[in-house]
Amino acid sequence: MKRVVITGAGTINALGHNVPDTLEAMREGRCGIGAIDIRDVDRLAIQIGGQVKGFEAEGLFNRQQMSLYDRFTQFTLVAAREAIGQSGLEFHGELAAKSGVVLGNSGGGMTTLDDNYRSVYEDGKNRVHPFVVPKLMNNAAASHVSMEFNLKGPSFTVASACASSNHAMAQAFQMVRSGMAPVMITGGSESMLCFGGVKAWEGLRVMSKDACRPFSANRNGMVQGEGAGVFVFEAYEHAKKRGAEILAEVAGFAMSSDASDIVMPSKQGAARAIAGALQDAGLNASDVCYINAHGTGTAANDKTECAAVADVFGAHADDLMISSTKSMHGHLIGGTGAVELLACIMALRDGVVAPTIGYEEPDPECALDVVPNVAREARVDAALSNAFAFGGLNAVLALKRV
Amino acid sequence: MSVKDKVIEIIAEQAVLEPSDVTMDSTLEDLGIDSLGLVESIFAIEEAFDISVPFNANEPQASDFDISSVASIVRGIEQLISEQAG
Repeated sequence: MKRVVITGAGTINALGHNVPDTLEAMREGRCGIGAIDIRDVDRLAIQIGGQVKGFEAEGLFNRQQMSLYDRFTQFTLVAAREAIGQSGLEFHGELAAKSGVVLGNSGGGMTTLDDNYRSVYEDGKNRVHPFVVPKLMNNAAASHVSMEFNLKGPSFTVASACASSNHAMAQAFQMVRSGMAPVMITGGSESMLCFGGVKAWEGLRVMSKDACRPFSANRNGMVQGEGAGVFVFEAYEHAKKRGAEILAEVAGFAMSSDASDIVMPSKQGAARAIAGALQDAGLNASDVCYINAHGTGTAANDKTECAAVADVFGAHADDLMISSTKSMHGHLIGGTGAVELLACIMALRDGVVAPTIGYEEPDPECALDVVPNVAREARVDAALSNAFAFGGLNAVLALKRV
Repeated sequence: MSVKDKVIEIIAEQAVLEPSDVTMDSTLEDLGIDSLGLVESIFAIEEAFDISVPFNANEPQASDFDISSVASIVRGIEQLISEQAG
């Protein structure tokens, strides 16, 4: 089994259009959530989100690319360029043949779907552009990354709702750890902030109209975000040999299924994934200093997640830090685990733990150190990143400082 | 604008060429238009003339719509316009 390290990171999200800007915002506890600017927003009950602002695809992509790339693919390529650029890798020959792309995504090209449904249903048009399918398919982003960077190994998209990115990164990790691929590009993206995407979430009545306040007693729901996070997972020896900068080590993972309810989370399912990740990474519970929580800001998730952490860590649960950066960038659904992994990297590499902002009132059912409102300096040797999806599909990653 | 000029304009845009570079005896291959570019051009033509072009990319030869040159495409579209008028 090979050790696996991260040698490149890229992102675009409501906090920034790259990793340095995003980490700066997390350190400062800045909120990227605000009024969303989309068509027909006045017909939505929920009018806030972690929207990527000031993004101009013009100049980043040529005309033919623009006609083929949905917003989620554009976000993915921006993040992939940053991550692969940082790694310094170029893919030729054997390296290209074995390296691939596994990305998480839930909704695919929702903007494309929304625009074209509008055109045929609302405007009564009987003809759609020929690229609707290649734009909206949710493997489009992974495919375009493979094309732009000449990645010819195993490539596909993983869809497990809010755990998509963590499941994707777990797959990529396994491939590098087993020696199947020397390098894998992984992470995920989502762009669901369009009329239909927000309207669908509205229907479930779990969304907040004002803010995402994870673990706070007065929390009133989740807030959607959008964007992408992409990483270069590389075999440690491969990275070492070429003198690459190592951001962190991916030490282990676990996945579990609640097998109980399509939307309600389960403490047991979450706990099994957390405990499994520790075991896979060869970590003792006491080694973990930080957990990036799933922390959606819903009544059900946050108390269930805290109970699961308390179960797994016992007395050490009171000593570790657990924060939800969704309070700042919103819930990126299929892309969320990828953007949240950045907070783990910041904790491990920079010794800065991102806060849970918007925290106003302690909740006895979430009685852990949630790093309220202000980032904290701490030496973190091991961290976990939780993702618990609708459908009861859980995936937890364990990372170590290098 | 004549049907011919409009078709040439659409094809030129797809090929990223000036309309003057597109001649009636050019083939789509000459112009560097691939299969995806062809379906995109047909879409643009249908939109421009409000017609339906019978074309299945699986069997381009099966329909009467002849795509062997710009001239044949223009002829085919003129015919479709007269058939589908009103």
